[in-house]
Amino acid sequence: MNDLSDFIEITTATHSGMVRSHNEDSISADAGIGLAVLADGMGGYNAGEVASGIAVAMISSELKKALVAANGELDMAAAERLVSEHAVRANNAIFQAAQNQSQYAGMGTTLVVALWHDNSLVVGHIGDSRLYRFRGNKLEQVTRDHSLLQEQIDSGLITKEQARHSQNKNLVTRAVGIDPEVEAEVHSYPVEAGDIYLLCSDGLNDMVTDEDMELTLTSLQANLPLAAAQLVQQANDNGGRDNVSVILVRVLKSFPARAGLVDRLKSWLR
Amino acid sequence: MAKLILSLEGSLIREVPLDKERIMIGRKPSNEIQIENLAVSGEHACIVTILNDSFLEDMGSTNGTLVNGNPIKKHILQNNDVIEIGKYKLKYVAEAPAAGQGNEDFEKTMILRAPPKAAAAAPSPAKPVNEPAPPSKPSMPPPTPRPVQPAARPAAPAAVTPAPASPAPAAPAAAVPAKPAEAQPLAAVQILSGPSAGKELDLVKNLTTLGKPGFQVAVITRRPQGYFITHVEGAKFPIINGKMIDAQAQPLQDHDVIELAGVKMEFFLKK
Repeated sequence: MNDLSDFIEITTATHSGMVRSHNEDSISADAGIGLAVLADGMGGYNAGEVASGIAVAMISSELKKALVAANGELDMAAAERLVSEHAVRANNAIFQAAQNQSQYAGMGTTLVVALWHDNSLVVGHIGDSRLYRFRGNKLEQVTRDHSLLQEQIDSGLITKEQARHSQNKNLVTRAVGIDPEVEAEVHSYPVEAGDIYLLCSDGLNDMVTDEDMELTLTSLQANLPLAAAQLVQQANDNGGRDNVSVILVRVLKSFPARAGLVDRLKSWLR
Repeated sequence: MAKLILSLEGSLIREVPLDKERIMIGRKPSNEIQIENLAVSGEHACIVTILNDSFLEDMGSTNGTLVNGNPIKKHILQNNDVIEIGKYKLKYVAEAPAAGQGNEDFEKTMILRAPPKAAAAAPSPAKPVNEPAPPSKPSMPPPTPRPVQPAARPAAPAAVTPAPASPAPAAPAAAVPAKPAEAQPLAAVQILSGPSAGKELDLVKNLTTLGKPGFQVAVITRRPQGYFITHVEGAKFPIINGKMIDAQAQPLQDHDVIELAGVKMEFFLKK
């Protein structure tokens, strides 16, 4: 299979914040297979960590197996299917665990999965963890939250600016592991060399404005680990009311999927 | 539950709990809050309450609706907002629903999977209205009456600080990204050497980069604790007062001399 480590650079940062005693976010990133997974768990005691941990561990290891098995011969539709399938599996695993063990009852997690494949990015998400794209010094939100607030914005009840003052920030309308069935919202996007992608839990975007995130990436894009640390620090400087997690992914150069065996043979014979 | 305190020229008339999803204010008797005064339109304004948020909307009244002295069309009510309709004042008070809750769970992410009026766990038997209410998740038939907010540790009650006596309730506002860095005194760097010597650069942003991209860049960050300089890129690290810093952020003191990409500059606080 393709090794993408020469094509994309990934850096991660996570922090429990200034208020919470433990970190219920889980993250995982693998530049080799071009995969980043971030989950923000919820539920009493340690259940939030358990839910986000299951989601991230399952998706990163199972997707890796599937990608290795596919050996680079994977079209975009199949890649999208993989992402949504594995979100469903994670949902089942968390839902089952919550049903079987009373201390985990009601646990759940948000999820954002990003898979870079064949010059494209497949993004699947559930809940209010986000993926942003930074291109040409502009930061753009790619995912749309599954949250009460987003629905209120969509229905025109409130504006984006008013949403900042809402007390209902923390209500998600879709989550992994809460119900027997859930569907990830999956889309794919063309990728350009130089793009930086930002995956984050709401601990970042609730505490740091999009403008400040953009300024940070503009100023510090040369040093991705510093940019990630700076984003987390800003969230904490602004109060750090929630766990904050950040995954930054830079596309160094384009990464077309290896041509199929037949194509390679043809081009060699030509 | 939040409430409105209706008063006229300083004397209290009554308190109205916001226990319905939609509360109309106006001159006609059909309004939940009826104000019989000619300056008040028949249907003057309405308040829609969804969970912890109450939205005030002017219904196209003749004389308008003010919040804290400013005319509004639509407004999310914040604790202690004062609504003015004619000579009448309605103060919005967002009460803490439950005491004894630690602030720790405030803002915990929760799943909302039932119609909000049920999810609110409020006693209000609010009847559905044709307001664009937040849609509940359509795909799930609620099988057994499991708790509506399974992941919730009791709601988001601590929206108001446990000390209501405090004149400035900090908690609700804290949900907004604060800008504590603004409390910092303004600082600047002045170039001491090279062709731009004498030039001054005010550090007005939370992050200011200095140097030559691709060669040597450092960033000055403004934080609640003060100003810090950090190396961003390049083989050489910045030199502060003749000493090279490492990869860690370094606090800046008034009149520190920074050497970066062959240029000397002085950091100073503007008082």
